[in-house]
Amino acid sequence: MDQTGAGVHPDNSLLSDGPIGRSAGAVADWLTSSDHKKIGRLFTGFGLLGMALVAVIGALLQLEDIIDSDSFSGPTLRAFGQLHHFGLVLMVLAPLTVGLSLAVVPMQVGARSIAFARSAQFGFVSWFLGAVLTAVAVINGGGIGGSDSDMVDLSLASMALMSIGLCAVAVSIATTVLTSRAPGMTMRRVPFFSWSALIQSLAILITLPVLLGLVVYLFVDHRHTARVFGGSEAFGVWIPRFFSAPIVYIFAIPALGVFAEAVPVAFGRRHPLRQVVFAGLALVGIGGFSAVTMQNDFPVDFSGVGADIISELVVMAFFVGLPLLGVIVTLFASLLVAKPTGGPSPKPRLVSPLLFGLVSLLLIALGAIVGVLLQIVDLELSNSNAATGSVVLVALAGALGAIGGLAFWSPKLSGRSGDEKKVAPLALLGGLGTLLAGAPMVLTGISGTQSSLMSTLSLVGYALIVLTVLAYVAAMRSAPRDGGLNPWCAHTIEWSLASPAPADNYSAVPVLRSAEPELDQTSEGSPS
Amino acid sequence: MTLALPAGPAPAPRRQLFVGTALIGLAGTALIGGMLAVWLLQRQQVVDAGARFPEKFIIPEVATNVMLMTIYALCLFAQWAVYSAHRQDRTHTGAALGLVFVLGLAFINAQAFVYSQMGMVLAESGYATLFYALTGVMIAMVIIGLIFTAVTAFRALGGRDWQLELVSAHALYWYFAAAAYSAVWFVVYVTK
Repeated sequence: MDQTGAGVHPDNSLLSDGPIGRSAGAVADWLTSSDHKKIGRLFTGFGLLGMALVAVIGALLQLEDIIDSDSFSGPTLRAFGQLHHFGLVLMVLAPLTVGLSLAVVPMQVGARSIAFARSAQFGFVSWFLGAVLTAVAVINGGGIGGSDSDMVDLSLASMALMSIGLCAVAVSIATTVLTSRAPGMTMRRVPFFSWSALIQSLAILITLPVLLGLVVYLFVDHRHTARVFGGSEAFGVWIPRFFSAPIVYIFAIPALGVFAEAVPVAFGRRHPLRQVVFAGLALVGIGGFSAVTMQNDFPVDFSGVGADIISELVVMAFFVGLPLLGVIVTLFASLLVAKPTGGPSPKPRLVSPLLFGLVSLLLIALGAIVGVLLQIVDLELSNSNAATGSVVLVALAGALGAIGGLAFWSPKLSGRSGDEKKVAPLALLGGLGTLLAGAPMVLTGISGTQSSLMSTLSLVGYALIVLTVLAYVAAMRSAPRDGGLNPWCAHTIEWSLASPAPADNYSAVPVLRSAEPELDQTSEGSPS
Repeated sequence: MTLALPAGPAPAPRRQLFVGTALIGLAGTALIGGMLAVWLLQRQQVVDAGARFPEKFIIPEVATNVMLMTIYALCLFAQWAVYSAHRQDRTHTGAALGLVFVLGLAFINAQAFVYSQMGMVLAESGYATLFYALTGVMIAMVIIGLIFTAVTAFRALGGRDWQLELVSAHALYWYFAAAAYSAVWFVVYVTK
């Protein structure tokens, strides 16, 4: 029996008689386990499922545009539109990135378990119930502009449930990074991915409670008077801003962390300026502050007076520009590891985590650039399709980055290591799908005209996303359970664990002398 | 299991509970801060339209001021519990936590008194919506604090060790609750 309480619950052994009992026991084991890897994998598993479903919904919406028919009734279209928009953030991007952080961070910082494991477990159950109930409510006439009063209330309550769940997980992750690091792991030596998880968790803790408070107001108002905020139609003024640029960036931060983590591994070298990467990742977290202001519009009107333009630019640059700067800093600072140091130029190994991370980062940067353009009043993009395109780009790109992280840490999570020939091309396929799904929306918003060509391209993009998810799952399912101890020659402490990692991670906590303890074991160089 | 690095001693606990409580306090601050921001926005709209805010209700200010003093006193007793726990004084720790619990109940009682004195029906006005939502969340924070106090008391008084970190985290939670109520008190009951 492990000492952390993680792993199989002893009561579940009662269910292990016969195939049904074994299945029920396995389900009960997964749902009651306090092993952070299992909770994280539950999040990511349902995140992948959500990604496929939301992409199918996105494809159906584009198909409706192409055939220009009334195949879907107005309420169905409204429900699909909302499930697509909210689903991209709360049912795809958030569970994938938060789940990956939950699964990996304790191993990376040398902790035996996640802090407040039961809180993390509650977080998953709360998020899962909230996600299911949101889908049920929206499909049955709830959500923004919903006609069924009870379902509108249910959709608000379930959104609150999801927010509470994600906050509970964020507290666990942030506390783990801040308090449970192995001896010798100072904050300067925290792995890039764990740092990105910390930034995301803190950003979630200042963002989602604001949404929660708003939902409480809307719920009470709608349930009793609907005077202050108006009916369910008026919710459209308040809630979508939490699922648009720049707030949506905070859910994609761990995807950038995957890239920052993968670059030194691909080059097989120590990173020379870790703090600059830390700063870049932290800058992206500034997007969360826009939630505190309860708005996502920081308009700049270039036809106005000079002094006004400057003051508007300063505000916009802080809330929207700094996150974009953070993405760019993360990209270039991470690539500093490729700088020649006297010898021959280092050549990277094009491993799948690097490809997923790079594609993800570039597409997030594209989405963030569109996010900046949305603020320019003269372009008249803020209420156009370009705003949706920006969210699609960031959310799907962030999800791709998380898939790259899953491929990277798969040996420690499941014991499997996917065939690189099958997994690596999926980064390009997913990247192409994301670009095709989101960019036509942006172009449609800029041109101001809807065309069937653009809708067709988006449809193809969503189809490629579905294909990417299915192919990734198939590739990982078919991989043998012999992932190896450190197949990537990675540098951080979790690669000293067996594959898959045991329930309580480390039986004896190691002492670190550098940020790259596994690299210290090779002839690469002395500790930093 | 293969370890690539030499094993060291188990890391000393680094105030996991305390840091976790601080993070929950951060989230609570964002929650109450966001709700107050919406309150002020709605208030501004009503005032700009030339109406009174609140429309017709009279707030029993004595009770709300007593609530403020109650929650400050509650923090004092929570800190007394920390002091006593450090001195391994079980009697005083128990007394302090008991007083925290009683004052928490008194706070909820005073809020119920405010509700009954104002006599607002939720479905009758927009102000009532905002008021009950905001003060209801504040009451929920106090109820969570009471549960925290009960758990702290059971573990600190019934356990074999002194749970210093738990008692400290408990006090920290009440500091956050007091700060949150101070903001609510100023915005809702003073500036109205």
